[in-house]
Amino acid sequence: MSLELRSVRKSYGEVEVLHGVDLTGRDGEVLAVVGANGAGKSTLIRIFAGAHEMSSGEMLIDGEPVRLRSPHDAHERGIRTVYQELSIVPGLSVTENLLMGQFPKRKTGLIDWPAAHRRAKELLDAAGFGAIEPRTIAGRLTIARQQMVEIAKALAGEVRVLVLDEPSAVLAGSDLDALFELIRRLKARGVLVVYVSHRLAEVMELADSIVVIKDGAIIETTEPSRTSEDELIRLMAGRKLEQIYPERRASPGEARLTVTDLSRRGEFSDISFELRAGEIVGLFGLVGSGRSEMARCVFGAEPASSGSGAFRSPAEAISHGLAFVTEDRKRTGLIGGMSVLDNIALATMRASTRGPLIDMSGRKERVAGMIDLLSIQPARCATMPVASLSGGNQQKAVLAKWLLAEPRVLILDEPTRGVDMATRVDIYRMIDALAREGLAVLLISSDLTEVLGATDRVLVMREGRLAGELPSEGTTEDEVLAHAIGVAA
Amino acid sequence: MSVNALPKISRELLTTVAFTALIVLLIAVAAITTENFLTQTNLTNLLKQMVTTGLLAYGMLVVILTGGIDLSVGSVVAFSGILTAGMVSSLPIPAAMAIGVASGIGFGLVNGMLVARFGLAPFVVTLASLTTIRGLAFVYSEVPIAPEDPAFFTLGSAMAGPIPVSTIIMFAVFLVGGVFLTRTPAGRSIIAIGGNAETVRLAGINVRRHIVLAYTIAGLCAGLAGVILASRVGIAQPSVGVAFELDAIAACVIGGASLAGGKGSVRATFGGVLVLVLINNLLNLYGVQSFWQQVLKGLIIIAVILAQRTNRVRA
Repeated sequence: MSLELRSVRKSYGEVEVLHGVDLTGRDGEVLAVVGANGAGKSTLIRIFAGAHEMSSGEMLIDGEPVRLRSPHDAHERGIRTVYQELSIVPGLSVTENLLMGQFPKRKTGLIDWPAAHRRAKELLDAAGFGAIEPRTIAGRLTIARQQMVEIAKALAGEVRVLVLDEPSAVLAGSDLDALFELIRRLKARGVLVVYVSHRLAEVMELADSIVVIKDGAIIETTEPSRTSEDELIRLMAGRKLEQIYPERRASPGEARLTVTDLSRRGEFSDISFELRAGEIVGLFGLVGSGRSEMARCVFGAEPASSGSGAFRSPAEAISHGLAFVTEDRKRTGLIGGMSVLDNIALATMRASTRGPLIDMSGRKERVAGMIDLLSIQPARCATMPVASLSGGNQQKAVLAKWLLAEPRVLILDEPTRGVDMATRVDIYRMIDALAREGLAVLLISSDLTEVLGATDRVLVMREGRLAGELPSEGTTEDEVLAHAIGVAA
Repeated sequence: MSVNALPKISRELLTTVAFTALIVLLIAVAAITTENFLTQTNLTNLLKQMVTTGLLAYGMLVVILTGGIDLSVGSVVAFSGILTAGMVSSLPIPAAMAIGVASGIGFGLVNGMLVARFGLAPFVVTLASLTTIRGLAFVYSEVPIAPEDPAFFTLGSAMAGPIPVSTIIMFAVFLVGGVFLTRTPAGRSIIAIGGNAETVRLAGINVRRHIVLAYTIAGLCAGLAGVILASRVGIAQPSVGVAFELDAIAACVIGGASLAGGKGSVRATFGGVLVLVLINNLLNLYGVQSFWQQVLKGLIIIAVILAQRTNRVRA
């Protein structure tokens, strides 16, 4: 089956995020879509999945124009999507997750459980994930295994197009091999696989054709044999690497944060590291490696089981000069319904009072200064609900909130996820400038290029432990990944 | 995703205008179609009747803003009233009244602790305290208590010129309460918690303490309402205040507060109180049977909320 997009545009409110995308995928092909964070990949995926309707343009399946009005529509036409964010219901068994709503029934109308488990087993076997036991509660599986259940679920019924969004972000080793094997088998069966990833090495290995998306448009359609990883990076970023990341030459000062043997049961153990004034330290790990959990624990959001260096509460951490830009700005960084002003002032509210009342004019001035400093757009957004800003500007608002607190240690967890390239460059410049003034920065990222490009040295976590420390200068992405997966010598 | 700033302001304005128009309309209808609405007695009565619903509505708003609910306020009204009336025989009246209000604060504190410390659902906690506190009111005195000291009636019946003192107290609560919610760190934190508690916690703000504070404020308002009501009526009954929490919730919701928390306005809640009290008064003047009053009030609440909703969708 062929799938074609013709001049597809998509706007959210007044912001257009896809500016006329043309794309063709044929059956039995692996079509890789690569692009930087915020380039429009997720929007494209949602259009394939029927989750969002395109604002204009056409989608053709086998040459016939179709309109996908809902995920159900897409499903009916054999288009299956596996998102990066898992949709597994953790409290239910693998079988229930796989068959969700389509259980084999007995004559009495009750669910035929033995048949259901058999059916689940068949689905898992067919996907090549036979190692997973259907009766297990899904939440007890590793994230990688949950991802595999999700893929097996997508493959139930007649599949003609499989869209995989960053499937390798949580998979490693033999699980990753199983996924590649599955993709090759699907390909042989004539399925079109749309593979979205920013791990270029895999893309080069798997893809038949590659499209590069940048700032909401396809800027290049190519094949692995005609391109290189370096060229793809340059295309994705629209500039050379050295123009994205500021030149770093750190001369670290005194220790600002010392973490020793820190553990939290079930999440990570024996983590020791030091952050010094003026340095930017990267922290890399696959999803499930415990990197964010560790950061939350240091900041006092969750209690530690043992070790030292973590604070007892966020309030204590903040009073010691820590600031924490969390991974998920919607859930833990912002209050969507409140104004930009209220959001930016949140962490410094107690410090900006006159008597019992908030110093409204002083607060407004300081926030306006931050909006200006970080060039948050639109410039007069202070009274607008923060949720109405673009992703990049929302991220800047979170950053502004913490910079107002004048931190001595800044922890950034995936600060550039869903953020456009121009804003990313702004953010890198900002943290570089702050580090030069003596700020200690911990930059957690799953973007290998970023975690090497924007930092002085990189810590790598694997399965809850520190698996290595590498200098950013002269280390390759493969080396970092090797430590994260556990194949490093 | 993108909401323009301009339509939002005009939408707020539109809501305010629509609200004011509704209140003016109710007053006009009442003034034209009934003989008694504009009489001194009725207006004074109206101002006095407003006090209970008003105080309870402000306290309820504070709790609703956190994303919670307090179903126990009606029972607190009964308990604080009867406790005060019972104490009058052995204590000076101001002290007895202070104890009545303090009992409300105490109940609020317990509600808040159960919600915040143990993470119990506000609906369940306050449903349990609704029945517990009601029971306690009857345990304290199965029969109504009517103090004889005329000073007991002062709080509920004294006038400052044309306006009852109790109404002035209620206005003061709304005024101070409005400043509290918009201008103090604690008030802003309470609203922010309803918007996204985790974000607030990570900003170094003690979420639990603010939730306890919110329920305590609701308890304080309910305690005060109970004491004023007993003083106005002149007799404290353990059975008073049944379903008062519903009027308080209705006032907040008519005022546009979101039961999910994080959204609500003091001014609009006061508007909600006015609408409810006017409807009650009007139906009384028309001589509508009280059961029909309940039916009509329910329908009117749904109509107002639906009107707000379509307004929001269109804008």
